[in-house]
Amino acid sequence: MKSYLQAILAIARKDLAAEIRSRELVSAMLVFSLLVVLIFNFALDLDKSARENVAAGVLWVTFTFAGTLGLNRTFAAEKDRGSLDGLLLAPVDRTAIYFGKLISTLVFMLLVEAVVLPVFTVLYGISLFNISLFGVILLGTFGYGGVGTLLACMAAQTRTRDVMLPILLFPVTVPVMLGAVRASTGILANAEWGEILTWINILVVYDVIFVAVAVMVFDYLIEE
Amino acid sequence: MHSSTPKPLKILNIISILMFIVSLGLVFFYAPREAVMGEAQRIFYYHVPSAWLSFVAFGVTLIAGIAYLRTNDHRWDRLGIASVEVGIVFAVMALLSGMLWARPIWNTWWTWDPRLTTYTILLLIYFAYLMLRQGIEDPDKRARFGSVYGIVGFISVPITYFSIYLWRTIHPAVFGRNESETKMSMEPQMLQTFIFCNIFFMVLFVTLLWHRFRLESNTARVEELRMRASNA
Repeated sequence: MKSYLQAILAIARKDLAAEIRSRELVSAMLVFSLLVVLIFNFALDLDKSARENVAAGVLWVTFTFAGTLGLNRTFAAEKDRGSLDGLLLAPVDRTAIYFGKLISTLVFMLLVEAVVLPVFTVLYGISLFNISLFGVILLGTFGYGGVGTLLACMAAQTRTRDVMLPILLFPVTVPVMLGAVRASTGILANAEWGEILTWINILVVYDVIFVAVAVMVFDYLIEE
Repeated sequence: MHSSTPKPLKILNIISILMFIVSLGLVFFYAPREAVMGEAQRIFYYHVPSAWLSFVAFGVTLIAGIAYLRTNDHRWDRLGIASVEVGIVFAVMALLSGMLWARPIWNTWWTWDPRLTTYTILLLIYFAYLMLRQGIEDPDKRARFGSVYGIVGFISVPITYFSIYLWRTIHPAVFGRNESETKMSMEPQMLQTFIFCNIFFMVLFVTLLWHRFRLESNTARVEELRMRASNA
């Protein structure tokens, strides 16, 4: 068990270290997110009340698109450099690779989200500093990253690579989007807690089911 | 050798064609005109079996995927891809026939009600399945990835349906009228026609699936021979 956890952390640390050194991925995700927020500003010409209705939606679309960038890079880099073989030679359960990658992807996404939130608050004039909102963002990111890591592993090994991931990912993550946006909208609008809780439950159920499925099938995705 | 059509399949071909002709007669002449919806209701006889059989098809792919991952027998993978393609055909037929029905009855080609929305997402998942397979050359990898995505895709559908349904009941549809409340009066002749058409579609499904499966098997055999010839 201990070596399993150590393996997970080692993989996560490797990705994080590589990123700290190059700073390519997070900066790309960040700039992209800000651009998406900007584009939405022009695409949806909103007055104050309309902005409050769509704020959660715009936020999550931004996270989704930026997340796709991060997910693509997670496995593509391994495939290109051939370091996946090195990982596979390690005498550890293959699912450790899944969790290690998941952790590093989550860290990147959460970093980007942490920067986008204040920017969003300023640009949209809506305060997004809310503990419950942070909780929902965490749950949603976890679900999205959980399925995304699994599917990114597949997408990285196809011919069409980067384009393949959104095609595989978006239809399957509809419950995450719906749950996260509905819960976020409810929290921002100070809706009654019962309703918000329903959506949070959906997020939790989704997260549990899909991470479990991912753990069960991940082995099959990286055998040679 | 699997080059000639096996006898049971030939019989199925004939049964399918005969049942189709009989169903046309039943649907257009035997079944009475429906009181509320008029002639447009006749679409249901083809629309409903097409829809639920597409679900069966995708369920077959789920099972085939699990079976392939456990046994590594490529025949399961061939069943999986065959079933997805037949399922997509049935799903598209169901969607199009549904739209043709909706236009005169609800006065719109499309609504975003939970069932329809989930069905569209389902279709997109299986388009993605086909695209995934096309992007992989190694047959083992293709079979493995197809199996995994077939499993992940199918499992997501109930949760997706439930979340969209929840969303629409908490925030009722913006289109005013609640379309899913459309009533239909059922008479015995209609029930008989309906049952017959369901059985016809089940036969059709098995026939098409079998044909597509044989096509996939033969393709694999050709590939094998080609590789052997080029290596010799």
